[in-house]
Amino acid sequence: MIPAAPSTATTAPDPSGTVRAAVAETGASGSAGFTDAAAGRVGKRPSAFIVAAAITVSLLGLLPLGYVIVTGILTGWPTLSALVFRPRVGELLLNTVGLVVITVPLTAAIGVAAAWLVGRTSLPGRRVFAVLLATPLAVPAFVNSYGWVSAVPSLNGLWSGVLIATLSYFPLVYLPCAAAFRRLDPTVEEAAESLGSGAWGVFFRVILPQLRLPILGGALLVGLHLLSEYGAFAMIRFDTFTTAIVEQYRSTFNGPAATALAGVLVLLCLFLLIGESGARGRSRYARIGSGVARVTPRRSLGAFTPVGYLFLGGLFTLAIGVPFWSVIRWLAQGGATVWTEPVLVQALLQTVGYGLAGAVVTCLLAFPIAFLAVRYPSRLSRGLESVNYLTSSLPGIVTALALVTISIRFVQPLYQTTVLVIVTYLLMFLPRALVNLRAGLAQVPVGLEEAARSLGRHPVAAFLHVTTRFFAPSALAAGALVFLGIVTELTATLLLAPSGTRTLAIQFWSKVNDINYVGAAPYALLMIVLSLPVTYLLFARSRLTSTS
Amino acid sequence: MILTRRWTLLAAIGTVTLLGATGCSAPEKSSPAASDASTPSGSITVYNAQHEELTQAWADEFTAETGVTVTLRNGDDSELGNQLVQEGSASKADVFLTENSPAITLVDQAGLFAPVDDATLAQVPEQLRPSTGTWTGIAARSTVFAYNPSLLSESEVPDSMLDLADPAWAGRWAASPSGADFQAIVSALLELKGEDATRDWLAAMKENVVVYKGNSTVMKAINAGEIPGGVIYHYYWFADQAGTGENSANTQMHYFKNQDPGAFVSVSGGGVLETSANPVAAQAFLAYITGKGGQEILKNGTSFEYPVSDSVDANPALVPISELDAPVIDPSKLNSTKVTDLMTEAGFL
Repeated sequence: MIPAAPSTATTAPDPSGTVRAAVAETGASGSAGFTDAAAGRVGKRPSAFIVAAAITVSLLGLLPLGYVIVTGILTGWPTLSALVFRPRVGELLLNTVGLVVITVPLTAAIGVAAAWLVGRTSLPGRRVFAVLLATPLAVPAFVNSYGWVSAVPSLNGLWSGVLIATLSYFPLVYLPCAAAFRRLDPTVEEAAESLGSGAWGVFFRVILPQLRLPILGGALLVGLHLLSEYGAFAMIRFDTFTTAIVEQYRSTFNGPAATALAGVLVLLCLFLLIGESGARGRSRYARIGSGVARVTPRRSLGAFTPVGYLFLGGLFTLAIGVPFWSVIRWLAQGGATVWTEPVLVQALLQTVGYGLAGAVVTCLLAFPIAFLAVRYPSRLSRGLESVNYLTSSLPGIVTALALVTISIRFVQPLYQTTVLVIVTYLLMFLPRALVNLRAGLAQVPVGLEEAARSLGRHPVAAFLHVTTRFFAPSALAAGALVFLGIVTELTATLLLAPSGTRTLAIQFWSKVNDINYVGAAPYALLMIVLSLPVTYLLFARSRLTSTS
Repeated sequence: MILTRRWTLLAAIGTVTLLGATGCSAPEKSSPAASDASTPSGSITVYNAQHEELTQAWADEFTAETGVTVTLRNGDDSELGNQLVQEGSASKADVFLTENSPAITLVDQAGLFAPVDDATLAQVPEQLRPSTGTWTGIAARSTVFAYNPSLLSESEVPDSMLDLADPAWAGRWAASPSGADFQAIVSALLELKGEDATRDWLAAMKENVVVYKGNSTVMKAINAGEIPGGVIYHYYWFADQAGTGENSANTQMHYFKNQDPGAFVSVSGGGVLETSANPVAAQAFLAYITGKGGQEILKNGTSFEYPVSDSVDANPALVPISELDAPVIDPSKLNSTKVTDLMTEAGFL
C-alpha cells in the first residue's frame, strides 16, 4: 500500500482536467494518457489545417455556454434576479439537488457491489451477470420510466425519480469499476492483510481507494445524466431544472425565464465538474519494482451466496425485467396493428439516418482534436479537449435552446435544417468519440508509420495504410457510442429538427403524451433493439482495456 | 509542407461530401403554385399545435383531394406561437393551427397573418372567430370539471371554478398548468375578472392543486382514484369513452355553465402566414378544414372537439355547445404573454 507519484499505473495523469475519467463510460479512457510519449511526434509542428479544424470545432462548442452567459447579461440583473430568486426555483433546486445527492451515492454503492460480485467472487453464473448488468444502458431512461409507470401508475416525486434513475444509471459506475477490479494488483491487498487488516478493512482501506477514479468518473456521469434527463422525470411528475426549462420552452419558446433556469442548471453542472475534479486527488497506488500482477484469487461467498444472487438477480429484474415486461405487455395488447403504422418505418429510417450521419460527422471532426492531443500534446491541445468535455456536460436542452436562438437570429439558412441537428449532436456527443479516437491513436506505434514512409510511402498514404488499420476498431467504437447517444436523444431533436421529422424517440414521446402506451411500445422496443449491440460493444471494450 | 496540402485537400473533399449528403436530406421549401394561380399545388408547412392525429387526418385528406403535400411541425400552442414571432418574416411556416386562442392572438398581434379568405370566414359563425378576420376558429372545446364519484359526490362538486381556490380543496383537485389548455382557461379568467383576481386565484391554486402533465394524465389520475377531481377539457373524456374507457370509466363530468370562467369554451384557431411562400395552397387548406369535409372529420373522428362550421352538427354524444352557457369572450382579447408571466409568478412554470 504505497501512495505513489503518477507512474505507469493504469490511471494516467490527466491533462485535460475533469471529465476524461468520466467518459470511462467508454471503458477505453484508462490507457489514453501515458502512451503519448511512446507515440512520439511526427514532424515538428502540426499542420495548420488540423489546428484550424480543431480550434473551429472547439469554438463551436463554446456557443451554448456563451449563449447562456450573453443572454444573462443582456437580460439584465433586475429581471434575471427576479427570475432566479423565486420560490419555484427553490423548489426545483431542492428537487434537483436532492435527486443528485441521493442517487449518485446509491448508484456508486450498487455499481461497486455489483462489480465486486461479478469480478471478485466465485459466484456461479457471474460471467452471465457481468453482461446482463450492462444491458440497462440499452434502455433509455425515459423508456425505463415508461415501463415503471405502466407497472406502478402511482409513481411520482423524488423517490420514484431516485428509483428510476438508479436503475437506469448504475451501469455507468458498474462498468468502469468492473474493469478496474480486473486490473487491481492483489499483492497490495495481500500486503495489507499481512499487516493485520481484516476483509472489510482491506475492502475499505485498500480496494475502495484504488477504485476512486472509476467511481468518481462514473458518479460524475450519473450526476450529469440526472441533471439533463427530461423524459424519465416528466413522466413521473417530478420537476427538475431540465423539466422546468422544457415547460418554459413550451410556454414561451425561448423566453428569459427559460434562459435564467438554464443558467442555474449550468452552474450545477460546473459545480459537479469541479467537485469531481477536486475529489480525484493525486495519490496513486502502485507496486514498486518490476513484475506482472497475477490474477486475483476469487473469494467464495459461502453462506452468503443466496444473498449475492438475490442482489444481482433483483437488480437485473428491476432494471431490465420491469421495463421489458411492460413493453411486452403493451405489445401483446396492441397485437399486429401497432406495427402497421407507416410512420414506424419512417421513424426507424430517420433515426438510423441521423445516428449514422451524426456518428460519421462527429468522428471526423473529433479526429483533429484527438490527433493533436496524441501527436502534438501541448497546452493548446489540452485546452481544446477540455472545452469539448465542458460543452458535452451541458444538458441537451441548454445546447438546443442556444442553437435554436442563435440560428434563428444569426444563421437563418441553417435554422430547422438537418445540418443544425447534426451540429447539435456533434456538440453533445463529441467527447464520446474523442476519448475513443484518442485512446486508439495513442496505441498505434508511430514507428510503423515512419517505417512505411522510409520505404517510400507518402505520409498521407502511410497514415491511411498503417495507422488507420490499427485505429479502425477505436473509430468504430467511437462512432457506435455517438450513434447510441443519438438514437435515444429526445429534447434537442424535438427542438431543432426540420419540420416533419419523426425519430423513434419523438414518436415514442408523442404517443406517451397522449397516454397511448400501447402505441408507444413498438418505438420503445425498436430503440432498445438498436441500442443493444452498441451496449454489448461497450461491455466488450471495457473488458478489453482492463486486460491490456 | 506536402503533408499540409494533402491533408487540406482530403479534408476539403470530406467536408464537401458531407455537406452534400446532409444538404440533400433537408426538406424542400414550399413552392408557389404553378401556372393557375387559383389552383392549390406544391407543398405547405403547417405549424401544428392541434392534436397531431386530427391534423394528420386533415392533411391526409387534403393531400388526397388537392395533391398538395402537407408537412407538420408539431408543438405546443405558446411554443409555436412564440417561435413564429421570433422567426418573423423568415418563417418557413405557411399555416398555424392552435388548440386555443391566446397563442394565435399572439401571432396575430405581431402582424404576421394574411387576411383569411372571405369565403372561409363565411363558413364559420361570427362568435367563433375574431373580429379582425386575420384568423378563424377551426374547432372548439369546453372546460369541464372531471371527478371520481366514489371520492366526490355530485353535491360536493364546486359550483364555480373559482371555488377551487378555497382551502377546503387543498390537495383535492388536479390540473396540467404547464399546458396550453389550462393556460387558455387562465386567460379567460384574466379577461373576465382582471389581473388582481387572477393573480390571487393562481396563488390559492398553487396551494391547492396537484400538478400533472397533460389533461389525459389528469383524467387518468382521477379515474385511478389518486385525486377526487380536476379541470380539463371535455373531449379527453369522450375520446377515452369512445375507445377502451380505461382512463375514464370511473369518472364523470361537471359543466360549470352560468357563464362561469370554468364554463369557458376555447376556440382553436387557424391562420395563414403573411410570408407564406404558397398562399394559395395555405388558404385552400384553411378553407378545407373549416369546410364541410374537414369538419366532418372533426365530428366523426376520435377527437370529439366541437365543429365550428354551421353546416356540420356536433357529434351527438356531446352536450350541444348552445347549452354550455359559456362566458362571452372575444378570442382575440386573450393574452398569452400575460398569462405566462402570471403563472411563472405563481410558481407553476
